Amino acid sequence: MLSTLQPPRSLSLLPLRRFRNSKTIVSASSSTTSVISPPQSQILTTRRSLLSGETTAAEIAKSYLSRIRLTEPQLKCFLHVSENVLKDAQEIDQRIAKGEELGPLAGVLIGVKDNICTQGMPSTAASRILEHYRPPFDATAVKKIKELGGIVVGKTNMDEFGMGSTTEASAFQVTANPWDLSRVPGGSSGGSAAAVAARQCMVSLGSDTGGSVRQPASFCGVVGLKPTYGRVSRFGLMAYASSLDVIGCFGSTVADAGMLLHAISGYDRFDSTSSKQDVPEFQSQFLSVDHFESKPLNGVKVGIIRETLEDGVDSGVRSATQEAASHLEALGCVLTEVSLPSFSLGLPAYYVIASSESSSNLSRYDGVRYGNQVMAEELNKLYECSRGEGFGGEVKMRILMGTYALSAGYYDAYYKRAQQVRTLIRKDFKAALEQNDILISPAAPSAAYKIGEKKDDPLAMYAGDIMTVNVNLAGLPAMVLPCGLVEGGPSGLPVGLQMIGAAFDEEKLLKVGHIFEQTLKGSSFVPPLLANVP
Amino acid sequence: MSTTLFRTFQPNQFSLLGTSLLRRRRSNNFSVRSCGSQTTTTHEAKQSSPTRVAPKNHKSNKLDEILRDYEAVIGIETHVQLSTLTKAFCSCSNNYGSYPNISICPVCMGLPGALPVLNSKVVEFGVRLGLALNCDLSLKSKFDRKQYFYPDLPKGYQISQFDIPIASGGYVDLDIPLEFGGGHRRFGITRVHMEEDAGKLLHSDTGDYSQVDLNRAGVPLLEIVSEPDMRSGIEAAEYACEMQRIARYLGVSNGNMQEGSLRCDVNISIRPIGQAEFGTKVEIKNLNAFSAISRAIDFEISRQALLYNQGKADEIVTETRLWEEGAQKTVTMRKKEGLADYRYFPEPDLPEVILTKEYVDSIRASLPELPEAKRRRYEAMGLGMQDVLFLANDVSVAEYFDAVIGKGAEVKLAANWIMSDIAAYLKNEKLSINDIKLTPHELAELIAAIKDGTISGKIGKEVSSLPFNNESSFVWINATFSIFADTV
Repeated sequence: MLSTLQPPRSLSLLPLRRFRNSKTIVSASSSTTSVISPPQSQILTTRRSLLSGETTAAEIAKSYLSRIRLTEPQLKCFLHVSENVLKDAQEIDQRIAKGEELGPLAGVLIGVKDNICTQGMPSTAASRILEHYRPPFDATAVKKIKELGGIVVGKTNMDEFGMGSTTEASAFQVTANPWDLSRVPGGSSGGSAAAVAARQCMVSLGSDTGGSVRQPASFCGVVGLKPTYGRVSRFGLMAYASSLDVIGCFGSTVADAGMLLHAISGYDRFDSTSSKQDVPEFQSQFLSVDHFESKPLNGVKVGIIRETLEDGVDSGVRSATQEAASHLEALGCVLTEVSLPSFSLGLPAYYVIASSESSSNLSRYDGVRYGNQVMAEELNKLYECSRGEGFGGEVKMRILMGTYALSAGYYDAYYKRAQQVRTLIRKDFKAALEQNDILISPAAPSAAYKIGEKKDDPLAMYAGDIMTVNVNLAGLPAMVLPCGLVEGGPSGLPVGLQMIGAAFDEEKLLKVGHIFEQTLKGSSFVPPLLANVP
Repeated sequence: MSTTLFRTFQPNQFSLLGTSLLRRRRSNNFSVRSCGSQTTTTHEAKQSSPTRVAPKNHKSNKLDEILRDYEAVIGIETHVQLSTLTKAFCSCSNNYGSYPNISICPVCMGLPGALPVLNSKVVEFGVRLGLALNCDLSLKSKFDRKQYFYPDLPKGYQISQFDIPIASGGYVDLDIPLEFGGGHRRFGITRVHMEEDAGKLLHSDTGDYSQVDLNRAGVPLLEIVSEPDMRSGIEAAEYACEMQRIARYLGVSNGNMQEGSLRCDVNISIRPIGQAEFGTKVEIKNLNAFSAISRAIDFEISRQALLYNQGKADEIVTETRLWEEGAQKTVTMRKKEGLADYRYFPEPDLPEVILTKEYVDSIRASLPELPEAKRRRYEAMGLGMQDVLFLANDVSVAEYFDAVIGKGAEVKLAANWIMSDIAAYLKNEKLSINDIKLTPHELAELIAAIKDGTISGKIGKEVSSLPFNNESSFVWINATFSIFADTV
């Protein structure tokens, strides 16, 4: 169901007049002639209508499946759509009919990034080397979703093994941005972000190693939530960089992303790096806008990171960020400028650490036990051919970089050094977050660029990660939510604001983000593609 | 009553190094160096080392002369497979000998998305062994990834410990068996670290294909690296025996070389006596018995000495050689092109291993009496070295002996009983001392009864000829005691 002003029952399209009103640049805080009520949580709406009997899980599922059928040829968000969606939905309906207890995610349709293991469903990490691979187990996050009644709609497209920022590095297909089909949805969780933006599913899971949830959230105009490292179990997430990877959540509202995160969080004995910290009840943060006080964020200290508004950032992005900052001020926040001196060191440190760890994590893909094997006369040939043909160019490049960085004589100069830089970055963030409740910055230096634009210039593509990698190095939680539109595409391109919190303080991020979102005047972030889709 | 089960005395052919036979008073057909009750004795060894037999020929005389100018420098890497219930990083059963690929899971198979979780017993065993080897423990250690590609290594890396092993800087004291010259030795231990085992490859007869069995992948190992302190095959073999003894005493492993729960690789170089720098080091693998260790080393020392002697020292290269049991020689396996680069880096999926003082102290307090302490205690009780080594070197024999003297039996008599009559019986019936039905208590009574004359020497002899596993013999013994006891 669309989470905007339409009454919950009908899935009708948005009135066209909305789109005629939105000009090429819409400022976040300018008022428009139409009154748009704040976005509603799809998870809560689904629950309400199922419990009230207004509709059934099967009905909901059918409508989403038909939307998928209609939009997939253009968008290509999914690598695999589950054959069991209706069956799972019917099971929920049976439980409702029997008056059984319903989990908080009952009937909620969830997309899962293809590097997260789903038992019996192909999980390829968008790589040829795992084409047709079906894991014998569910990732812990998927297990939890299923236990709470969630329905896995399918596996979403991504950059191969999480290496990329555009989803162009998928071995199988390129996902299009629902806001402009000639542009990238971002990466590496591009499929998950686009699927939520296009309402092909209600929420989705992605993974974030250097910004792979936050940047596509910004490019697609959805909420992307990256938890603290260790908040969510990594068991079942195909490892890219073990000390940086997290599973993250996409939703069309902060509340949805937060509720999904709550569902998958918690200590897991199968992941030694998962944290035993309590998971607070996030739900208490999602008050209805009617219950907000006049200055609902009174006294909240917000630090805007100076280094993220310097050269290299598009003017449109910069002004959208500054308007978002003003909006926060209007809500009562105290804004100050914060400097993180080690900021620029993050990108090189990230690429050394990530490629080193990934070169090791990808060694298991050798064609011997699973995945595609190229027969050969001799062992080394078997490895060479299976891996050479199975891996794409970007993956091979990063494996080479990482192998080099860890090789004898270079470990101290590269990997060890990068880890030392990481300590500096952590310290700077910690200090800044002692003086501030949250830090803010743009999510990316620009809005979505054209498909093919950065393909031949990997360094330019890497440079786009500058806003996001430091957060992974520091292991902190962060959220990106749409804050404005910039010029481009048929109706503008969304831009997201990144909010960064202290370790394990997702609660604060969700509180600030929810209030920000619910009070944001202006455009609703529904892509024009949906104008023609029931 | 029943037939005598004495074995007749058989001369042993202790002929390595050309030392003379030590004739034993009692028919003890064990070689002291058969470490553990079920392993093969050194009998076959002696029969198959022709160049070492007492009648010296011209050739071995010349070899001995050459060997006198060189000193061997030997170090041993021992892998001890731990007898934990489950594997090192997952909850698969740690079983030997199952049908292939039965005891596997996503973690030890290295499936995408699987993560390791440390089995705490591995740390406990590592601390036990480290303390038993008199090492310093690293209160903070970590795991590292050792990276290389091979089909039996599912993740493409082995979780091991690189620069901060759990224990380091220790030593082991042992006694060389009397038939090889006797004497105390102390050998240094460089380090002990935890790691996981790889799977097994089974090659087809035709050589067309190989199959991977991952039952063993992820089984916990402790690797013990010795200082290069050993100087001969005997010393190296006895060191390896002592590692097995200690592992069994501690209960961390069954130490069976045949099963692969104890594996030794030897590093050996020689240098002219008086030279300070080490010669070129050669690694020898495929040593499946303690006797193989000593023979392989002897062969390798000769091979290298001869090359030196002929001025061909540069033909000795850093390489790995395999010991061929059939041909009784080492052969080149592969030449090492420099050191392998394993691209070690800290394992990001596992946290640091932190030991508290309380934890270490509690383990130290729970250590059993170790072989060295036992040997010294038996020596102090007045037993000769021959007896000391026999009784102390097998943990079950030592337990039995301790129990018997614990019941008050006289030390020398108890030793005699165990080393002659009981040992003979066990050897004949191919049993271990754990199978015997004569309890230590009963043996102590028997000894006491003979000693104080309750039973005459003649009856004692008869009694001693009874099969020790027969229930009826105990009834007889007990009946005899009570009769005689009443008459005293």
